[in-house]
Amino acid sequence: MKSMADNLQLNSEGKLKHFLTIEGLDKSLLTEILDLAESFVDMTDNQVKKVPLLRGKTIVNLFFENSTRTRTTFELAAKRLSADVLSMSISTSSTSKGESLLDTIRNLEAMFVDMFVVRHGISGAAHFIAQQTAAHISVINAGDGQHAHPTQAMLDMFTIRQIKKDFSNLRVAIIGDILHSRVARSQIQALNTLGAAEVRVIAPKTLLPAYVETLGVSVSHNLTEGLKDIDVIIMLRLQKERMSSALLPSESEYFKCFGLTEDKLKIARPDAIVMHPGPINRGVEIDSKVADGPQSVILKQVSNGIAVRMAVMSMAMQKRGVV
Amino acid sequence: MLELSELLDNLETSLKDIIVKRKLVNPLMIGIRTGGTVIAEILHGRLNIHEPLGLLDISFYRDDFSQIGVHPNVKPSQLPTHIEGRDIILIDDVFYTGRTIRAALNEIFDYGRPNQVVLGVLIERDGKQIPLCPDCFGARITLAANQRIKLTGSSEQLAIHLETIDATA
Repeated sequence: MKSMADNLQLNSEGKLKHFLTIEGLDKSLLTEILDLAESFVDMTDNQVKKVPLLRGKTIVNLFFENSTRTRTTFELAAKRLSADVLSMSISTSSTSKGESLLDTIRNLEAMFVDMFVVRHGISGAAHFIAQQTAAHISVINAGDGQHAHPTQAMLDMFTIRQIKKDFSNLRVAIIGDILHSRVARSQIQALNTLGAAEVRVIAPKTLLPAYVETLGVSVSHNLTEGLKDIDVIIMLRLQKERMSSALLPSESEYFKCFGLTEDKLKIARPDAIVMHPGPINRGVEIDSKVADGPQSVILKQVSNGIAVRMAVMSMAMQKRGVV
Repeated sequence: MLELSELLDNLETSLKDIIVKRKLVNPLMIGIRTGGTVIAEILHGRLNIHEPLGLLDISFYRDDFSQIGVHPNVKPSQLPTHIEGRDIILIDDVFYTGRTIRAALNEIFDYGRPNQVVLGVLIERDGKQIPLCPDCFGARITLAANQRIKLTGSSEQLAIHLETIDATA
């Protein structure tokens, strides 16, 4: 059954209008994003890293939460598509004077904006804006609370496909703070939709949401056992800022049990790749030798972020006549 | 009516003439994907062009993006060398509205400022919508508005098809 979220994300012809969550999007649409991103990734070798696809369009990055990588790559992606882009850190603007989210949106709409890229600390914020905003405006979710971070998940899928070619034989481990991670939720949905052989979450019980198995994952509480046969290792950042209670004895204890070191990495398949959405807490969830080691593709993820975001933005902006 | 080998011969002769007339120096040949690729490959060999063949994918430069969107699997454009100051022979299969050439020129000029660009097409048909026209062509034909001309196959088995589009479709 299709949920409201699906209908909201797609136009009447089933094309992407908003990109809010991976949930409800089918394999062919996710593959279309990856294929189009492939075309953009080759562009980075060009002397002129710019195409005129979104010339004359105005894109506003609305960041209610801090971000370096995501905001910068969204901004670069928009610029490489020739859009005019405005990045707003809302903590420094009118909301601190008491303006509501909806009033902020209405004011920006009045400035003839074509797309909002939204990051917000509250789950569902991007959905809310997509529901409320004028019909011609597209909304891209750049991370909402603990709910979803779909472009991060897609750039991770892109990086995995680039190296491993095919998802059907892949065993992927997502390790660490699943509880607070919107990235993990989107990754799990994307990996299952694209047909990965297994998605395994490895974390202490206190950092897993209740009923995590219902997301379509296998569960392990032991890193040494959990890493066996794994092709792709995704490390998550320990989100200390979102922790409201004592979920861990200490960071050093966490590193001892769940930190990825060179020795632990050897348990996984010899050609396993190591990923991390950033920012990295070195010595907390991952050892520097692994993060900077030969199996790490962490910086490749960052580069790919631009191409994937270009793909999502241009897909959401096409067919503007159809609502 | 349209003999492929004859069209290719005509285009080759015409291009040879223009290379002399316009004094093209060590020209660079660029084919437009996908229709122009095969034609460019054939002519690249026949004209003995030293530089490797360049290929252009104009998908990101089309003017109908907002109407039809982008097709995934856009191949990257491959320009083997710098464009700046070069003499360029641009090749496509069919010249129709002129919009493809407009997009191709925009893309080429994003790479640099060529000295001159000449355009060669296998077939020029009527129906142009912008003030551009090919310098060389294999044949010039007139078709009904609902007719399209298409090239299929690789360089060994190239074939020309005339399609009639059902107006009621």
